[in-house]
Amino acid sequence: MNKPLLVLANVKTYYPVKTGFMNLKTDYIKAVDDVSFELMAGETLGLVGESGCGKSTLGRTIIGLEPLTEGRILFNGNELNFKTERVSLSKQIQIVFQDPYSSLNPRQTVGKLLAEPLHVHKIVAKNEVETEVERLLELVGLPKTAKERYPHEFSGGQRQRIGIARALALRPKLIICDEPVSALDVSIQAQIMNLFKQLQQELGLTYLFIAHGLGAVKYISDRIAVMYAGKIVEIGSAEQIFTNPQHDYTKKLLNAYPVPDPRKRSIVVQQGQNDA
Amino acid sequence: MLGYILRRLFIAVPVLFGVTVINFIIMKMAPGNPVDMLVSPKLPEAARQAKMAELGLDDSAVSQYISWMKNLLFHGDLGYSMITFQPVTDMIMDRLGPTILIMGTSLILGLFIAIPIGILSATKQYTKLDYFFVTGSFLGISIPNFFLSLVLVYVFAIQLNWLPSSGMKDIGTTGSVWTVLLHMVLPVIVLVANVAGRNIRYVRSSMLEILGQDYLRTARAKGLKESRVVNKHAMRNALIPIVTIIGLEIPILFGGAVVIEQIFSWPGIGQLTLSSIMSRDYSTIMGLNLVAAFVVIAANILTDIVYAIVDPRIRKSYLGASKR
Repeated sequence: MNKPLLVLANVKTYYPVKTGFMNLKTDYIKAVDDVSFELMAGETLGLVGESGCGKSTLGRTIIGLEPLTEGRILFNGNELNFKTERVSLSKQIQIVFQDPYSSLNPRQTVGKLLAEPLHVHKIVAKNEVETEVERLLELVGLPKTAKERYPHEFSGGQRQRIGIARALALRPKLIICDEPVSALDVSIQAQIMNLFKQLQQELGLTYLFIAHGLGAVKYISDRIAVMYAGKIVEIGSAEQIFTNPQHDYTKKLLNAYPVPDPRKRSIVVQQGQNDA
Repeated sequence: MLGYILRRLFIAVPVLFGVTVINFIIMKMAPGNPVDMLVSPKLPEAARQAKMAELGLDDSAVSQYISWMKNLLFHGDLGYSMITFQPVTDMIMDRLGPTILIMGTSLILGLFIAIPIGILSATKQYTKLDYFFVTGSFLGISIPNFFLSLVLVYVFAIQLNWLPSSGMKDIGTTGSVWTVLLHMVLPVIVLVANVAGRNIRYVRSSMLEILGQDYLRTARAKGLKESRVVNKHAMRNALIPIVTIIGLEIPILFGGAVVIEQIFSWPGIGQLTLSSIMSRDYSTIMGLNLVAAFVVIAANILTDIVYAIVDPRIRKSYLGASKR
């Protein structure tokens, strides 16, 4: 746990917006604005923040699905260059997407969609692809027969398991979980969270766990980073964030999180003090 | 699936019946009749009456329809033309080949142009190339067929004298493959401009919709090359709605053939349709209409079947329905 697996140094992801006469003036939407943190091997860093704060953009920037405007991303001590390495990087860093309904190609059977990365990256020999697909399905708690069916024949929770199996297919060290449970029923959320925990123990994975629900993050994270308007406003151990938050926004976020008994809330922000 | 197809065919029967009834009514409402068109106005009234009786035109409209229907149902016979006195079935069969030849060629060529251009246009959205293709397809749709035909005839047939402007063969010859091909060039260009123009837009918008889908992001996350993402994941999904469009394209071409065949004197169904309407050749009109209705219905059923083959989600629902 002493060597950082992933280091972000002043990462910025800006989207240009052209305005003014003849679109000459270029403005930027600063989706991710100067973010730096380190992620140790084997740990889980929770990333929380409200919708639109840039947490998903940050996740996608790390795997090269969004362009990195400025800053450096180091993985295992090597600086990443997405322009030349996007394809090979996918073996190291994988992502589980938020919406299990739309993120699986409806025309591929589960077997095919799991086998595709195995073929393309030559993870296993051709004649072993079949058994590898079955192993992956077993790993995420799906029956072997699932490989002959199409994604639309599964429930949300099962689809998310397929999404996780797909991410695991390339045997990555780091998995970015981009709100993997927020589209699921509450009862299913717990099952998927447990699956993430179990997989981490079995395979020694490192997670960057993005969520807007604090409950999920509290359950799985070693450390938590709080993001607001493209910046990380606070980062600390899960314990510290929940019991002794420093930043006003963190306090506000905790205050908005429903607890079984509101009278026992540990942090109380005065009404009106921080409301926008 | 088989049950579904049988059901669709079963529904097609009343549709075809309705088409013949409506067509018959409209035809009868139009002024004139085959005899007036055929014979000189100077003919004595008695001779005219005799001719009417001979063709069965002095019966009531209802009994005329019933006798036509009887003939069709019990003898599988569409009757004889009231003008040329040839069997209608033979006349249609003679004309079907040339029409299928130019329609099929235009459809296939049009799609071969439209699909790659549509996909390229979508993947390079808002670039100069995209604007060029979109403008081109807009031109293809907007230029009326007859106008483009006349321009092409003027330039290539009259001014340059490179290509023949009418017919399918040179007069007095049996027509080699080469001469038929030469005669096809101009009408096919006109139809292709239309088919390609329309379908570039369909393919492009369908592709754009798919390119925004989450599962393409997943495909990229798998570490696939961009070309594989576009060609395997995006294109295959984008072409599903295009199947429907192709099904609709067949009736459109069938209708478009009427104008094109007239302009280029192409000896096909369209030309026969127009000339039989002009001469009020009732039995031929009825026969042609039945064939046209049949083509449209067949194209629709075929589209649905192909749709089920290419989209697993739909296939499932069909299979579920046929088990009931």
